[in-house]
Amino acid sequence: MARDELVTGNVWEQYSKKVQDRMNNPVAMGEFTQEDADKAGAKLIVADFGAESCGDAVRLFWLVDESTDTIIDSKFKSFGCGTAIASSDAMAELCIGKKIDDVVHITNTEVEAFLRDDSDQPAVPPQKMHCSVMAYDVIIEAAAQYKGITRDDIVNADIICECARKTRKDLVDAIREHQITDIDDLIKTTKAGSYCKSCIKPGGHEPRDVYLVDVLADTLETLENERLTSAAETTESGANSFDKMTIVQRIKAVDAVIDEYIRPMLVMDGGDMEIIDIKENIPHFDIYIRYLGACGSCASGSTGTLYAIESTLRQKVDENIRVLPV
Amino acid sequence: MEVYLDNNSTTQMDPRVEEVYIDNIKKFGNVNVIYNKGIETRALLNSAYDTLYEGIGAQDADDIVITSSTTEGNNTVIKTFLHEFLEGSEKNHIISTVAEHSSIKAPLKYCKKMGMDVTYVGTDINGLVNIKEIEEAITDKTCLISVLIASNETGAIQDIKEISAIAKKHGVFMHSDGAQAISRMKVDVTDLGVDYFSFSAHKFHGPKGVGGLFVKGGVPYNTLIHGAKNVMGGKRAGSLYNNGVAAMATAVEIANINLPFLDHTTQTLRNKLEDELLKIADTKSYVPRVKRLKNLVAISFRGVEGESMLWDMNENGIYISTGSSCSSEDLESSAVVEALGEKVEIANATVMFALSKFTTEEDINYVIEKVKSSVERIRSISMTYAKQEAFTQFVEDH
Repeated sequence: MARDELVTGNVWEQYSKKVQDRMNNPVAMGEFTQEDADKAGAKLIVADFGAESCGDAVRLFWLVDESTDTIIDSKFKSFGCGTAIASSDAMAELCIGKKIDDVVHITNTEVEAFLRDDSDQPAVPPQKMHCSVMAYDVIIEAAAQYKGITRDDIVNADIICECARKTRKDLVDAIREHQITDIDDLIKTTKAGSYCKSCIKPGGHEPRDVYLVDVLADTLETLENERLTSAAETTESGANSFDKMTIVQRIKAVDAVIDEYIRPMLVMDGGDMEIIDIKENIPHFDIYIRYLGACGSCASGSTGTLYAIESTLRQKVDENIRVLPV
Repeated sequence: MEVYLDNNSTTQMDPRVEEVYIDNIKKFGNVNVIYNKGIETRALLNSAYDTLYEGIGAQDADDIVITSSTTEGNNTVIKTFLHEFLEGSEKNHIISTVAEHSSIKAPLKYCKKMGMDVTYVGTDINGLVNIKEIEEAITDKTCLISVLIASNETGAIQDIKEISAIAKKHGVFMHSDGAQAISRMKVDVTDLGVDYFSFSAHKFHGPKGVGGLFVKGGVPYNTLIHGAKNVMGGKRAGSLYNNGVAAMATAVEIANINLPFLDHTTQTLRNKLEDELLKIADTKSYVPRVKRLKNLVAISFRGVEGESMLWDMNENGIYISTGSSCSSEDLESSAVVEALGEKVEIANATVMFALSKFTTEEDINYVIEKVKSSVERIRSISMTYAKQEAFTQFVEDH
């Protein structure tokens, strides 16, 4: 208990605009019949998950192109609250154009992320997350039906470490949550790979299709792409902070300030400067510079001028900047 | 347009009650002071008490303890018996019902934790408790029977008079949670034969934060709020909410005067709403009208989940409540509605329309129109209302 829990919150007020819009006007709501499937030359899949007695139930309809195992169209019907309807709608839409093997990786957290208005703001409050769980379950149900196998076959197929029963999702979640970059940390944190060790990398006791190192590399690549996209998006909106910038963005930001506030002052005295490198030295950002022209021999280069450059950059760019002449 | 039909949760203050509430704010003197500043407060409270005693049929030998709410009154009664038990009483058993509000169920859960026994008697398909079952549950150890007079969710009205008679016959004390009583029926605690009766002003167009607990003269009472002994004879300490008490008394008085209006106008509007909604296919309302609060319709539309119905109603400015699990804190559907003997899925589809004296015919016409269109919309999304034939055919084919 604390101040922010004293006035009861309203879950509806915490819904994103996208959740509200999809509740009011779901885009993928509807049904397919065998006739629709015949017309499209596709296989019809109809899968159910949940029950009215639990308060939520969803039915997913797919038209699947059997030559490519691709879902060419997808619709849903749902008995449930606003969150259940909105997440079913988003889930059905996310299935369109995907291959069966890819679609089984769509999780409810992904559906939730898709429903966000702002990447930092959850689309629904935590207590409503359970209403979106079925979005994942019904996809597995539909995929199992298409492949003529059981749910368990699909869920188990995703297991990377058989000894510790860790799925790709468990590993990806751990890498994200604990910011793991190293295979040993991944093993230590998740316990995956700590028993027979076959799943760590090729060359172990038994050969595998996918190894922990692959999952780590894939995930790091995804995270890096996400970081770049987010950096690009936030720069566009003018809201990026120095610590979130890529190295190129940092150089540009520092150079812009030097151009505007520092260089004119140096040039007046017949000198100049250039940036050699920017290093992250937590909690500091060390900016290595070289003086050019008259500045190179000026005594103030390590005192007054240096102080002026550093304080300007701290004020205009980031307060943790240190400037080091080389 | 905005239509408030959640009047069993809380109500709008009556303008006449509001006037009393505001006019008496200035009478800030504490009732228990020895100097003259208490005179006007004493006059105010004496007059309010006269109205309250008359309004609910209490006798001079009885107490009406001013509380903050029905919840406090309920807690006071139940914990009176918990304290007796903790102080060594042999009586460790309380009988209540599945239809109770959380302000009864939660303190009873606490009593259980402290070592007492609790029996919850079920309700039948009409939401009524089985009185025979109550009698059968009584043992030598039973100290209290607590049964709500009417459910806020189903509106089912219990026969408190008969249950009180049984309690008396067995030497057991009788409490009734009367939150839904005043303004919805004539209340006479003496006639009901109860030992304790709790109520809240905000349920009958009075202010929030004030309620009353009727305690029959001579029955056990242990204070919940300890403090100064010179406020309400030490039965509940803390400076009194003077203008709140005065406003509550006025609200009781007006509620009684308005009972004929409830009978001919509010009830008629309720009936119109119910009749019209029942014309929608696969719709069912609960509890026969003669056994139900005159201002309430509890109804389910097959295939329409309760919270999604609330959503669509809210989009249209209509405020109602539901027994659906989705909208509850613990994700459990309403035990009270489930107790009607209905399947859980029906509890998840049940919504309640609770009218008040401020509800107009225009409001009801608007609600009827919007419910019809919303049910149609949500059913178009609903899988449980999808074309069953197509699905059955599909299942057969595969």
